[in-house]
Amino acid sequence: MITIEVNGTPKHVDVEPDTPLLWVLRDVVGLTGTKFGCGIAQCGACTVHVDGKPMRSCSVPIGALDGAKVTTIEGLSSDNNHPVQRAWIAEDVPQCGYCQSGQIMATVAFLKDYPNPTDADIDTNITNICRCGTYERLRRAIHRAADMMKA
Amino acid sequence: MHGTRVTSRLTRRNFILTGATAAGGLMIGIGAGPRSAHAATVMAQPWNDDHAYAPNEIDSWIAIDPDDSILIRYQRSEMGQGSMTAVPMMMAEELQCDWSKVRIEYASPNRNIRENKVYGGMFSNGSRSVRASQKLVQQVGASARERLIAAAAARWNVPASECSAAMSVVGHKPSGRTLRYGELAADAAKIKLAKEPAIKTPAQFTFIPRAMPRIDVVHKTDGSAKFGMDAQVPGMVFAAIMACPVPGGKLKSVDDSVLNGAPGVLKVVKLPNAVAVVATDTYWRAKRALSRLQPQWDVGAAGTVDSEQLSSAFRAALSEPMLTARNQGDVDKAFAGATKTFEAVYETPYLSHSPMEPMNATVNLQPDRLDVWVGTQAADEALEAAAKASGLKDEQVYIHNGFVGGGFGRRDANDEVRQAIAIAKAVGRPVKLVWTREEDTRQDKFRPHAVVGFKAAVGADGVPVAWSMRAVTSSIFASVGRKFPAGKVEPQTVAGLADNGYKVPNMRVESLVKNTHLPVWFWRAPGANQHVFAIESFLDEMATAANIDPYQMRRKLLAGRPDWLKVLDTAAEKGDWGKPLPAGSGRGIAICTDTDSLCAQVAEVTVTPSGEVKVNRVTVALDTRYMVNPQTIAEQAEGSVIFGLSAALYGKITIKDGAAVQSNFDTYRMVRLAEAPKIDVHLMPSGGKVWGGAGEPATPPIAAAVANAIFAATGKRIRSLPISDHNLAGSA
Repeated sequence: MITIEVNGTPKHVDVEPDTPLLWVLRDVVGLTGTKFGCGIAQCGACTVHVDGKPMRSCSVPIGALDGAKVTTIEGLSSDNNHPVQRAWIAEDVPQCGYCQSGQIMATVAFLKDYPNPTDADIDTNITNICRCGTYERLRRAIHRAADMMKA
Repeated sequence: MHGTRVTSRLTRRNFILTGATAAGGLMIGIGAGPRSAHAATVMAQPWNDDHAYAPNEIDSWIAIDPDDSILIRYQRSEMGQGSMTAVPMMMAEELQCDWSKVRIEYASPNRNIRENKVYGGMFSNGSRSVRASQKLVQQVGASARERLIAAAAARWNVPASECSAAMSVVGHKPSGRTLRYGELAADAAKIKLAKEPAIKTPAQFTFIPRAMPRIDVVHKTDGSAKFGMDAQVPGMVFAAIMACPVPGGKLKSVDDSVLNGAPGVLKVVKLPNAVAVVATDTYWRAKRALSRLQPQWDVGAAGTVDSEQLSSAFRAALSEPMLTARNQGDVDKAFAGATKTFEAVYETPYLSHSPMEPMNATVNLQPDRLDVWVGTQAADEALEAAAKASGLKDEQVYIHNGFVGGGFGRRDANDEVRQAIAIAKAVGRPVKLVWTREEDTRQDKFRPHAVVGFKAAVGADGVPVAWSMRAVTSSIFASVGRKFPAGKVEPQTVAGLADNGYKVPNMRVESLVKNTHLPVWFWRAPGANQHVFAIESFLDEMATAANIDPYQMRRKLLAGRPDWLKVLDTAAEKGDWGKPLPAGSGRGIAICTDTDSLCAQVAEVTVTPSGEVKVNRVTVALDTRYMVNPQTIAEQAEGSVIFGLSAALYGKITIKDGAAVQSNFDTYRMVRLAEAPKIDVHLMPSGGKVWGGAGEPATPPIAAAVANAIFAATGKRIRSLPISDHNLAGSA
């Protein structure tokens, strides 16, 4: 039995320790906002925060996480009011939307380290794949969120 | 599952409208300055679980509650293209209702069966979601509006002709009386019109075209939007599958004893061409157990096929007799008398669709009812396929379409639905089947491999007077299982070539189909996505050989075609054509028609000394003839450029031993944010008889625009894709 805290609620999960966090979240805890895209930490659709750090949850075994605090897209805010979510809505970023939970979680973590991001900072650090090609609006939304967080 | 309704705001738009709009108004500079707009809404779960009738229905499409909130059903698919916003907007145009009080859900494919196809075609492909819905949806909205007006007229005992509707209110001008739609809906539902009202012409539109935020955005920022992948059915088990890596191959045997006693593993299911493992608790368990199996496949002769053989065979076929798709003048005679000719062969590889959401389907098969949760581009076709696979009647099948995590043409084959039903039959429980990314890539039905041979004769001025185009590619129709009449040219085999807009006195376009064991499929802008690279690059070759500016060469050949010239000129002007660039950088231009729209692009590229290609900026001019929501059209244009750019720079499915070599994003590379160019989109609907598509036409030009820009920067001509196959080190 492994205990993790998901969005502030303790969860006791009884799965094999090599089960990736992604599948614990989706199939055991039942939170489907975190998405499966590649399974090899390439695309970032499964990005969540583990103890405040961004992690690609498809490649993090649950056995290493006993006692960890996990935040998923569902735990980011109670009513879409996180500045990154508001910026995403304002810029009409998502298209199919499948990658966007991961994009948003990656951005939230990124802006903690880079409160005044340059385009080069964004290029280096936001590496999640979006097949719909929302990158231009996504970039604008990151800048907008940074501005909102400073205001 | 119930989502919350949230109203979103759109405060900034990035596209520019040039010239007259579909409605005839001038909308220059709409992109300037912030503006907000209230959006209609959709539930986080876009389907209606019980497929039942809503209270207060006017008809199968519309329900109006006493509080004036309006339910509009959307009959096609939402895969990121924004049609779930745009199609109801067309209905709202006729219904003359308050958009902020509209909520939208998917129409039920089951109800479509029960009610004699009341929703018409339910598929989203060919950039048709908006344009193929336009007449039907406008008619539905107009009828409902007239019935509401008739209900008010009857209530007041006045002629309906004295009444009019606006913003969900019917008014009687002579007496100043008004009634809200919510007060009239019950009466309107009982009214049958003597005759159907005429629908508005675009010149009569007052609500569209209008930039509106997408209704689904809010749910796509908090994780609540439900995709097929997110279906949760009580008692469901999880399945992972591996089909024969060589298409057409069969499962010979698999030793499943290695999984005997494996905890959580419910069953190994053997299908004719695949093996699946079903686990009780997580998909991971099924996936890991599947990886422990070593299935043996019967692949036949296809098991020796590789890309080199296919390339040689396609190139060799260029000299075989072909079907003629277009013929004007006398090409052979012109060649015989020519003093200067050009020849070149262009080649494009197989490609995978690779939507972000891997293929999946969840099914609950009961003796007299089948429920399928799936993200599909064609819910009506999924229903037919599911009925056939299960043996149930069409009306016993319920397709619950989710938000679709990317389609691009892949999600209308229903192979995943058939597999999930076969597995459910074997285990007797609800099953969620998920493909791994590797399976999604290898078991794709690919964008066809194509080879095009060009020959052209030019006059003394360097402008072509004769042009032959011979294309060898595979038949998508054959893969779909549709027979194409013998002797007729399948449109996709020459799309982008036969429909070119150039005025050349002698021109012939020919097609030869060569099918292989590899299934090929519709992939965003079918046919054009491969051929436009070829024709627009070859034209560039002729222009540069004659020392004619590539943009001016196109202008010469498009003389007398004002709509083509307008998109070409706009792309050139806004893309700073002809302005100086530093050494190592260049601009390229390309133009095409696709789905009855026109698109021209200018790409600005830098090639580094080490041969790295950086696409800095892309200018898009797009004429979709008419527009509903310019916001989502511009998004589609941007997305098409990125989609086409991934293919142009990196995209290639290599075949070895009959199977796809690439499997995941580490070997099938995508453009990421750091490689994404700045994209400026200029929309210029020119009107006319036919509505153009928006989802696809900006895909084909980008490969040629970039390849031509590389030539401008380096002098190196790219005649095959992807560009990453070419060593450009030291060329700039």
